[in-house]
Parts: sequence; structure tokens; C-alpha cells
Amino acid sequence: MTKEITITLNGEKQSLEVEPRLLLVHLIRENLNQTGTHIGCDTSSCGACTILVDGKSIKSCTMLAIQADGKEIITVEGLATTEGLHPIQEGFKENHGLHCGFCTPGMMMRAVELLENNPNPTEEEIRWGISGNLCRCTGYNNIVKAIQYAGAKIRGDELPSTEPEFV
Amino acid sequence: MIPAPFDYYAPTTLDEAISLLQELGDEAKILAGGHSLLPMMKLRFASPEQLIDINNIPGLSYIKEEDGFLKIGALTKEAELEHSDTIPGKYPIFLDATKLIADPQVRNMGTIGGNLAHGDAANDHPAVMLAMRAEVVATGPEGQRTIPIDEFFYGFYMTALGETDILTEIRIPIPAAGTGNAYHKLERKVGDYATAGVAVQLTLDSEGVCTYAGIGLTNVNPTPLRAERSEQALLGNKLTEEVIAQAAQFASEDCNPSDDLRGDEEYKRAMVGVLTKRMIHKAMERAQ
Repeated sequence: MTKEITITLNGEKQSLEVEPRLLLVHLIRENLNQTGTHIGCDTSSCGACTILVDGKSIKSCTMLAIQADGKEIITVEGLATTEGLHPIQEGFKENHGLHCGFCTPGMMMRAVELLENNPNPTEEEIRWGISGNLCRCTGYNNIVKAIQYAGAKIRGDELPSTEPEFV
Repeated sequence: MIPAPFDYYAPTTLDEAISLLQELGDEAKILAGGHSLLPMMKLRFASPEQLIDINNIPGLSYIKEEDGFLKIGALTKEAELEHSDTIPGKYPIFLDATKLIADPQVRNMGTIGGNLAHGDAANDHPAVMLAMRAEVVATGPEGQRTIPIDEFFYGFYMTALGETDILTEIRIPIPAAGTGNAYHKLERKVGDYATAGVAVQLTLDSEGVCTYAGIGLTNVNPTPLRAERSEQALLGNKLTEEVIAQAAQFASEDCNPSDDLRGDEEYKRAMVGVLTKRMIHKAMERAQ
């Protein structure tokens, strides 16, 4: 049994035939060839597959593609525009918020919703906010700075220094 | 990991969903937030032949005080509880609990109804509901019935829901003045199941005498456990350190934890005692 679903992926509406057991992350990566969304643990622990569905950050390894029928999906490929990088991408770039980059797309998609709900989060709120995303390289400090930078950019405040701190 | 094949139904009314349950029989499972069911299906611990996705049924997501109850729709997401305006004030216990349930993305999907209907003693809401003497509303072919929480969990992953029932609402008696509540679980890392968890709700009269005590325990028994001897130790007494220590002692004696990677039995019993003490103190502070 397959069923036709219609989704809007990064602004583009498309209809597809899916088997009910197809996971949303597989639809995005394998059927639609948008491989920016990663598969890490495949058990909804690591957050590498985080995307936005109707504006909410979710783990796409634990949602069925068929459940996304009629929904609007944004992945990391949908962040930058012709004007340039999204503030969160700029934040990660300026603050060295990544080493290997595997967790980065999910981390950024989570941060987008976090800043949407709270454009001026404290460090503690950021750390709680990304508690569902694991990074095995950075030690998180530069990710926190990247999110603070993006928050300032979104608010139109003065941008924090991106000079590394030596201790 | 890919689940075994299944047929998928997405009813848009409750009647339609219940008819599907009647028609399809016991191989059909209800899909709410999916964050307990889908992982089990991916690991092939569960292979339902049909999934009935109830997310397209309107009117099952709300948090409101009405007729002496806090009523929570079964499809209310954990994230909605976490950010609700109704929840702080009389119900800080829900904030304590939801903040410790998995992580923000999972809370965007997971529902309070699913958390209870899964019947897992490791989930956090069951203990909270036991402490607050909640009632669960089940809707089936004959209409609605309410099930007291004490009669809801009766076996490993087993609940009082019948094959054609859908959990539609949770009702919590609005706490009397002088009530405080609190929940905490010990976890190894964010998103882990509890090593042990304790939910406490207390009502104190103007003299400081305990007139209501509810204590629920997470993940230290095959089913969610109400610590009845601990409650009795508090009821009718002023909550001195001695009385509290007695209640904590009873809770650690009456639970039945098993050894696992989170700790051995002795450690878990000790942690139940520590957490019971702490949560009684926190509930007392909040009762002021």
C-alpha cells in the first residue's frame, strides 16, 4: 500500500508516493536527494536529523514521511537565501561552531526554532535548548557563541566579538 | 532501522478512529507522538499490522481548568505543557517533569496521552498522575468512561484501556489552597530514563498538618508505583524531619527496582529515599 502525500520542502511544493513505513529522513535524503540532513544515531537521541516541520524542530528519524502530508518542511538547504547566509549559518562560520560538521545541520535547525521562541536566550537557556543535539568535537562552547551571535544578528544588536578566548 | 510494513490510517474524527479499532482488531495500534512506538517498531520490538494516526483529529489538544479539574487533552504535546500559561502557579510539578522528559525536539512531538497510554513505568507522567490522583478519560464505542489512575496501570506495559478505547483526556483535581507539588528524577544524562524518580503532592492546613499526601515513583517497579505507606506516614502529621525521614524510608522499602546499567537495587532504593525527602521538602516550600 502506498499513499500520495504533498509536502512543501524548502518552499517547493511536491507530491510523492510513499510507503507508510518510510521515515521522513529517508524521504528527504534518498527520495529527494537533500543530504544536508544527517542520520546519526537513528534512535532520536543525537539530533543530527533535526529539521523544521511547520516551524517546530523535530527529529526526522522518528517521524513517518506519511505523517508530513500537507506540512511545510525546512531543512538546512532552506536556510540561506540569494541575499546570503542565514544568521545562524553566519554565527557558526564566524565562531568556528563546528569541527567535523556532522552535527551542524541539526544543531542549526534546532537553534533556528530556539531563537524564534526566544531571540535573546541566556547561556543556560541555549545549553538546555540544544540538549537534544550531540556534538562530539567542539565541546559546545563555540556552538553556544554561534547561537548568541545569531541571536544578536536577528535582534539587530551589536554583534559579539568572534575573537577566540585563550585561557 | 526501518519498521516492518503496516497499513496506515489517518482518521479525522474520534468516531472514525474508534470504528477503525473495532474493525481492525488487536493488531492495530494508535499513533500519537510516536516517540515510544516508532522506536519500538524500528527495533522490531513491535510490529503492528495497522497504525491509526490520531494526529488529524481536532479538539484533543488543550489545557484548561473546568468543573474542579485541570483538564488536559490527550494529544497535548510535552512542549505545550512546558510553555503553557496555565501550568505554573498550582502545577509547577508539570514543569519539573516535562523539562526532564527527553529533549526539546522530542517534546515537540511527544504527547501526555501517549506517555500514559504506553504504560511504561519508566515514563515520568505516571508518577506525577499518581501523586495528583488524576483520572484518565477513555473513549470507546459506548462513549466515555473515567478510570482512576490507581486502576489504570496494571502490568508491564499494560493499562486499563480496552482494545477499542482511545485515551482522550486527563483530569486532575484542582489542588486545594495550601497545596504544593514537585517532581525530580535522577538521570545519567539528558534524555535518559530515570534511575529513580519521585513525584510528591502535599496539602498543609493552617497549623502545618498534612491533610493530603500523594507520592508516585518512577522506574523502580514493574508498574508505576504509589508509595502508600509513605503517604500514610505524612497524613495527619506536622511534617517534622522525623516524619519525613520515615516516609522516605517506607518509599525506599516498598519499591522493587531491578539492577541495570543505571545502578543496582541497593543504590536505587537509596536514591528513592533521598529523592522522596527532597521532593517532600520542595512541595512543602511550594505549599506556603
